[in-house]
Amino acid sequence: MATGSDSTRSKRPTSVGLPSAQGGAVPAKRAGAGASRAGRTKALALLAALLVVMPFLFPNSYFFEVAVLVLMNAVVCLGLNLLIGYAGQISLGHAAFFALGGYGSAILAANYGWPTWLSLPVTVAAIGVLAAIVGKPTLRFKGHYLAMATLGLGVIVNLVLTNEDRLTGGPDGMGVPPLVIAGFTFAGEKLWYGIAAVVLWASVWLATNLIDSPVGRALRAVHGSEVAGETVGIVIERWKLAVFVISAVLAALSGALMAHYSGFITPSKSGFLHSVELVIMVVFGGMASIWGAIVGAAILTLLPQLLTVFKDYETMVFGGVLIATMIFFPRGIVPTLARLWTRRSGSES
Amino acid sequence: MSGAWLQFVAAGLTAGAIYALIALGFSIIYNTCHAINFAQGEFVMVGGMSGVSFVAMGLPLIVAVPLAVAAAMIVGLLVERLAIEPAHGNDVVTLIIVTIGVSLFLRGLAQVVWGKGIHALPAFSGTEAINFFGATIVPQSLWVIGGTVVAVVLLGLFFNRTLFGKAMQATAQNTLAARLMGIDTRVIMRVSFALAALLGALGGVLTAPITLTSAEIGIMLGLKGFAAAMLGGLGSFGGAVIGGLLLGLIEALGAGFLSSAYKDVIAFVMILVVLFFLPTGLVGARSGDRV
Repeated sequence: MATGSDSTRSKRPTSVGLPSAQGGAVPAKRAGAGASRAGRTKALALLAALLVVMPFLFPNSYFFEVAVLVLMNAVVCLGLNLLIGYAGQISLGHAAFFALGGYGSAILAANYGWPTWLSLPVTVAAIGVLAAIVGKPTLRFKGHYLAMATLGLGVIVNLVLTNEDRLTGGPDGMGVPPLVIAGFTFAGEKLWYGIAAVVLWASVWLATNLIDSPVGRALRAVHGSEVAGETVGIVIERWKLAVFVISAVLAALSGALMAHYSGFITPSKSGFLHSVELVIMVVFGGMASIWGAIVGAAILTLLPQLLTVFKDYETMVFGGVLIATMIFFPRGIVPTLARLWTRRSGSES
Repeated sequence: MSGAWLQFVAAGLTAGAIYALIALGFSIIYNTCHAINFAQGEFVMVGGMSGVSFVAMGLPLIVAVPLAVAAAMIVGLLVERLAIEPAHGNDVVTLIIVTIGVSLFLRGLAQVVWGKGIHALPAFSGTEAINFFGATIVPQSLWVIGGTVVAVVLLGLFFNRTLFGKAMQATAQNTLAARLMGIDTRVIMRVSFALAALLGALGGVLTAPITLTSAEIGIMLGLKGFAAAMLGGLGSFGGAVIGGLLLGLIEALGAGFLSSAYKDVIAFVMILVVLFFLPTGLVGARSGDRV
């Protein structure tokens, strides 16, 4: 961190592999949780405590409903943040994996009579395989062309889900049977809050481990400079693909759970706007930051609920908030606040 | 060449002309600001909807159309000044999110100003279809194609024959060097947004009599324009025109001969296949990795 604020910015220009006016990049110290093993344990404990304490503050079941939504979105964002923030690969089509997770499990259960405890893991695993197959040619694209390719894949999935109405119920969507494991039906917001909390905590545990592993270091090297990474012998394609598959699996898992929880799914879940919403959550919260993914998911899930007071002006206000945040917090909320915090505590001591 | 073929080609060229105009906007802004402007489709919407408003005020088309385009250019300038300029220099993904914010803001604003209804402009020169070797073509299609040709030719003259156009090209090639030569690149960025808005709004008013217009049309048109720009090669003006026309043709022929429900799937699959073999588009610059 030789040049202060400049060096933190310099790790970003090549992020998402996009061409940029700024020059070479240094993989600088990242912000957020999990910087060291001790920090990681502390962050995981803090998250567990938050997830346990939060429900006691909820006055009614509506809060549980929103909380499930927040946690499930956070799971998707964690995966997407690994891909965008750490591996530097943008995806404008991740909603497709989310929707395929929901539709896959729903179609197997509703149309083919599979038990849901089987249809869910089989679907999620199948989407992992699908992501590996699709990811291999797709990740060859760089920068804006990768954005285009993932966007195209998302549009294709969306249109297929909309048009194959015999399987998917068409534009109106389809009903999804509830999740039943060993004769026990999972129902009710409180129980689903528990499931979502456990899934999120496990995902964070997985993500922090991944980031601190040799894979994570390889990814950061790739993010800094692909060519430099290649020269020191990192097989970039393999790690990019691995992260792509992990992010797709997390999206599919979240999508499948959400479908069984809400009992309904529509093709709009796979749409371009949902994909963009997910990317916004990641960037808004802070790229390359575990807490950023969670905070981004929380704020952008809650914001529309709060903005309903603006009624007709809702879309306009949402757009305005987005523009203002990106102008004043260009690195995302969590990294910007974290830096302010360390600067203040540094000057006080 | 049967009538059906001609019919589909005419429909494809009409749609393709609009995609080309939008794709040109993407490329102009990408070249000078290094940003993908996802609000590009909203310029089409603003153009079409303001045209409808001006006609509703009782203005003749010949006044309403230029006014609508001018309104969109003012919107473009405001967008650049209030949203893009303050965020410029940040990460590319951050800029993309800013333009998505602009797109949402403009769509929300349009919903408030014009409501959520679907509107139409009167056709520029009658609605009597012309029979052309067995294909029926509405006169407005000729306006769309003709208007696009004129716009592209004028744009070419502007970039190659005027000092300001050359300054824009210089900025696109190397912003820093352009600045050292005394070019105010901030002005260039503003003008490029105004130009992109002009092209989009022109597409909006030209097609409004055929495809109708509403506050919601911006998203899909923006995506198609982006796809067309990528197909041709991002940043290349010739590529934007070719990409746009090709996308329109693929869609129209796919819808006509294969499946109208899957016309967009066919188009996007084709684009992915083309990009797989030509990763920088049909006429994009070939470049190696920069260390």
